Amino acid sequence: MRLDWELARRGYRRYAAYPGATLAGLFTNVVFGFLIAYILLAVYEQTDVVGGYDVRDALAYVWISQGLFSVVAIFGPSWWELARRVQTGDVATDLQRPLDLQRTALAEDVGRAAYQLLWRAVPQFVLALLLFEITIPDEAARWLVFGVSVALAVLVSFGIRFLLNLSSFWLLDYRGPTLLAIGVTNLLSGMIVPLAFFPGSLGTIVRLTPFASMLQAPIDVYVGEPVGGSVGLVLALQLAWVLTLYAAGQLVLSAGTRKLVVQGG
Amino acid sequence: MAELRALASIYRRLIGARIRAQLEYRFSAGLQLLGTALLTALDFVAIALIFANVPELGEWDVAEVALLYALATISFAFADLAIGHLDLFPQMIREGTFDQILVRPLPSLFQIVAADFAVRRVGKVLQGIAVLVFALVALDVDWTLGRVLAIPLAIVAGAVIYSAVWIALATVAFWIVDAIEVVNAFTYGGSFLAQYPLGIFARWLQGLVVFVVPLAFVAYFPALYVLGKDDALGLPEALRYASPAVAVATALVAGVVWRNAVGHYRSAGG
Repeated sequence: MRLDWELARRGYRRYAAYPGATLAGLFTNVVFGFLIAYILLAVYEQTDVVGGYDVRDALAYVWISQGLFSVVAIFGPSWWELARRVQTGDVATDLQRPLDLQRTALAEDVGRAAYQLLWRAVPQFVLALLLFEITIPDEAARWLVFGVSVALAVLVSFGIRFLLNLSSFWLLDYRGPTLLAIGVTNLLSGMIVPLAFFPGSLGTIVRLTPFASMLQAPIDVYVGEPVGGSVGLVLALQLAWVLTLYAAGQLVLSAGTRKLVVQGG
Repeated sequence: MAELRALASIYRRLIGARIRAQLEYRFSAGLQLLGTALLTALDFVAIALIFANVPELGEWDVAEVALLYALATISFAFADLAIGHLDLFPQMIREGTFDQILVRPLPSLFQIVAADFAVRRVGKVLQGIAVLVFALVALDVDWTLGRVLAIPLAIVAGAVIYSAVWIALATVAFWIVDAIEVVNAFTYGGSFLAQYPLGIFARWLQGLVVFVVPLAFVAYFPALYVLGKDDALGLPEALRYASPAVAVATALVAGVVWRNAVGHYRSAGG
C-alpha cells in the first residue's frame, strides 16, 4: 500500500513537472468546450429535450466531458507508453522487478489522474459555472456518487488502456490498432457527442459498453439521467467493468510475459 | 524560377524516400491509414447524430453541412499532409537539432516541410472526399461553371490558409517550447469550427475567424457561394469570392512571421 502511494505520487509529479503543458492543454479543452457548447445550443434552439438531456444538462455535459478528457485519458501518451516499452524491449527490465506490473502501472495512473483532475477538470468546471447556465445538482448525495463514478471511470479507462498496450506483445506495430481504439473510445465514451443523442435503444446499448463507463456514466449520474433510471445500476456496471478489465489485464499480461520475445535482444 | 524548380526536385526526392520507407511495412501503413480515416469520420458521425435529432442546424440542413464539412476536412487534410509534422518542431528546438537546419544551404521552412510525409494522413483526404460525394449527391444546387470550379479552388485556398496559420502559430515554439498544444487549439479547433455553419457561434468567435485567423474563408464563405445562401453574419457578398486572395495574403504574412521568428532563435546548444 505504501509502495502504491509512492508510485501514485510519482505519477502525479511526473505531470506536475510540466505546468506549461497543463496550461496549454487546458486552453485547448476550453476552446473545444466553447465550440461544442455553441453547436449544442443551436441544437436546442429547435428542441427542448434530447434523450432526457435538457439544454442545461447538455452544457454541463460539455464542460464535464472536456474537463474529464485528460482525467480519464481519452487521448494521450498513456495509450502507448507501455506498448513502446514492449517494442523496444525495455519491458524486460520492468518484468524483472519483484512487483506486479499491472498494479504499479495502476498506481502511477491514479497519480496522473489526480493531477489532471485538480489542474484541468476543476478549473474548467469553475469557468463553466461562471460563463454558462449549467445543471448544478442540489443534493449532496448526488455529488458524492458523481465523485465515486468519476473514480470508477478512471479505473475503467486504465483497464482499457492497459489491455491495449499489452497488444504489442503480439503485434509488431501497435500504432494502427491504437488509433482505431482511440477512435472507438472517442465515439462510444460520449466524448464527441452525448450518448443521449444516439437514437432509441442504441442509446441504451452504447451505454452498457466499458467506453461509456469511462466518461458518459459519471455525467449521466451528475445530470440525473443514469441508464436504467438507477444510479446504483450505473455504479454497479462501472465496478463490473473495472473488475473484468483488471482480471483480463492479469491474464493477458501473464500470457504476454510467457511469449515475450524482446525485440533486438 | 530555376531555384524553385531545384527545390521542387529536392522535395520530390525527399518525400519519395519517406513514402517508400513507410510502404515497406505495407500492412502497418494500411492499418494506420484506415485508423486515420475512421478517426476523422467520427466528426461526421457526430454531425449525423445531431441531425438524427433535429432537421437543421442554424438553418443549414444535413447536405449543406456535409458540404461545409467536406471542404473543411479535405483542405485541412492536405495541410496536415504537407506540414502536419510541424507538431515535432518544438522537439527540434528543445533538443537543439534546429541548428542543423540553419547550417544547411536550403530555406529553413522548406527543410521542415520536406522532413516528412505521413502516408496515414491520406486516410483523412479519402474520408473527406467520401463526404463530399455524399454532399454533391444530396444537394439540390443549380450548378454553374463558377460553382463547380469554386469547390477545387476552395480546397486549394483552404489548404494554403490552414498551412499558413499553422506555420505562423508554430513559431510560438521559438519562445515557449511547451505550448504546442495552444497551436492545436487553433489548428484542430479551427478545422472543427469550420465544419459547422458560422452563424451558430458567438459573435467573438465569428469575428476571430473572419478578421484575425481567417478560417471562415476555408469552407463557410465558399459554401455560401456554391449554395447561394444568405450570410447569417450579414457581411458583404464580396467575401464569398475572397478565399484565394485571403490564402495569398495569409501565406505572405506567415512567411514574414517565420523569417522574423527564426531571426530570434537562440540555440539550446545541441
